[in-house]
Amino acid sequence: MRRSFNRPDYIAHTILVLGVLLFAFPVWLVFAGSTQDSDAIMRGDLSLMPHLANLSVYPRVLLHGTMGTEPVWHMLLTSFGMAVAIATGKIFISVLSAYAVVFFRFPFRQTAFWLIFVTLMLPVEVRIIPTYAVMAGFGLINTFTGLWVPLIASATATLLFRQVFTAIPDELVEAARIDGAGPLRFLRDIVLPVSGANIAALFVILFVYGWNQYLWPLLVSTDPALDTIVIGIVKMIGQETQTDWSAVMATAVLALLPPVAVVVLMQRWFVAGLTEGEK
Amino acid sequence: MDRRTVFNGRLLPVVLLLPQLLLTLFFFYWPAGEAVWSSLTTQDAFGQGWVFVGLDNFQDLFSDPLYLDSIVRTVFFCLTVSVVAISLALALAVFADRQIAGRGVYRTLLIWPYAIAPAMSAVLFLFVLNPRVGLLGRWLNRHGVAWDYTLNGSQAMLMVVSASAWKQVSYDFIFFLAGLQSIPRAVIEAARMDGAKGWRRFRTITFPLLSPTTFFLLVVNVVYAAFDTFGTIYALTQGGPGKDTETLVIKVFRDGVINQDIGSSSAQSVVLMLGVILITAVQFRFMGRRTLS
Repeated sequence: MRRSFNRPDYIAHTILVLGVLLFAFPVWLVFAGSTQDSDAIMRGDLSLMPHLANLSVYPRVLLHGTMGTEPVWHMLLTSFGMAVAIATGKIFISVLSAYAVVFFRFPFRQTAFWLIFVTLMLPVEVRIIPTYAVMAGFGLINTFTGLWVPLIASATATLLFRQVFTAIPDELVEAARIDGAGPLRFLRDIVLPVSGANIAALFVILFVYGWNQYLWPLLVSTDPALDTIVIGIVKMIGQETQTDWSAVMATAVLALLPPVAVVVLMQRWFVAGLTEGEK
Repeated sequence: MDRRTVFNGRLLPVVLLLPQLLLTLFFFYWPAGEAVWSSLTTQDAFGQGWVFVGLDNFQDLFSDPLYLDSIVRTVFFCLTVSVVAISLALALAVFADRQIAGRGVYRTLLIWPYAIAPAMSAVLFLFVLNPRVGLLGRWLNRHGVAWDYTLNGSQAMLMVVSASAWKQVSYDFIFFLAGLQSIPRAVIEAARMDGAKGWRRFRTITFPLLSPTTFFLLVVNVVYAAFDTFGTIYALTQGGPGKDTETLVIKVFRDGVINQDIGSSSAQSVVLMLGVILITAVQFRFMGRRTLS
């Protein structure tokens, strides 16, 4: 360790810079491309220097979309609504169910817990067809509710909160009971505040999870008015001929920004939550 | 791990549990049950009702060479993606764990790709490697390499493996870094005093101490590659050209949603469920019961 402070660790810097470039390069390329002429991109004259005078493509796609898609602001709003609803909804119902399992004794408590726990093993991808049938039965096809409600049932979040709540010292519960606090007040005044860091971390993970959904919205909605930004951008690249490439690239940049911003800004909580929670 | 002190009440806990239980029932158990049921039945000749056919759908499935191909392809795909992502992440984490200037910046710049959607990694790779629009794709073709993943199956596989592994590196990086930081400094120092250097120290000390993390990541990466990469593959190749990148999940989607073959796709769903249950069982068997404690 002493040695590395004396002279720079060239090998480490080289490898890390290469790693950073491996991830940054495609995004830089897409950003640079978004400021250039679509015909030039089609001809292969893409320059890695962005033409900063051409940033007008951003307000254009935001307000009008491209090639007949919804305006990009609308797709961003749909994605944002879906991500926030999934994150909030999952945290809400998981806190409640974990609280019930940890702080109460009632018949079938273990059964209820196992019923939730087993669903850890059933991601959406393995039950595509039957879930569609159930959704149709509820009239949830092509509705905003259909985009998020079925995704909020979560074994992982319930397990995480169960762990966090179990670690709350018995003395706190005793003290609250002596002070005459009921279970709901104890939840609000003690349990939620002491779990704040876990909730913040989980919110970041779930926001990204919600924002990045692709198969689910593809399945439950054919209505362009419900297109999320991820659905929208894949539709755009699907039309490979006569594509307004700079607009597509601008849309890609806009689609990346919100989840990346959330992860970078909340990096500390998120990293701690991920490595402690999911293991 | 039960608490000593609890609240009294019978009704309240039930009310608290109800939202989670109802959603689980409607969107997990009901569809899963439906999948099992449809996998055991078939529509009669007039399209009027359902006939119980036992395991016929499964027999058809496993005697279909296309399905067996898809299984082999999926296993290859999952293992390749996992090994590539884990190796890259481990290399980066080992160097990011060193005491060097700017380590905080390096970390942030290696962690942000966690936020990229699987389908978005496909979009980014298209702009780099598409033979007509992509910068590198065009460059390759200009220099005499016949690069076109929309026509060449092996190139398509290379493309979906790269895009899928690329997106997963930052996740693995986060876990390896946490794993490295939890290795006691004293152990590393002791190895240093014994004269173990660089590669040898890594091979004999660091890597063995990281093995729980590595195993955990292997399971998570295989599950990721098997299921979450639907967006990546579907956006890049739709499973093509032909069936060259058709993994099991892509096949369920193609057969069930696009070709409307309910019997077969339900049987495929059931096989996938059994697969996930198996992986989870393996994970708990070897990882201990940490999640449950």
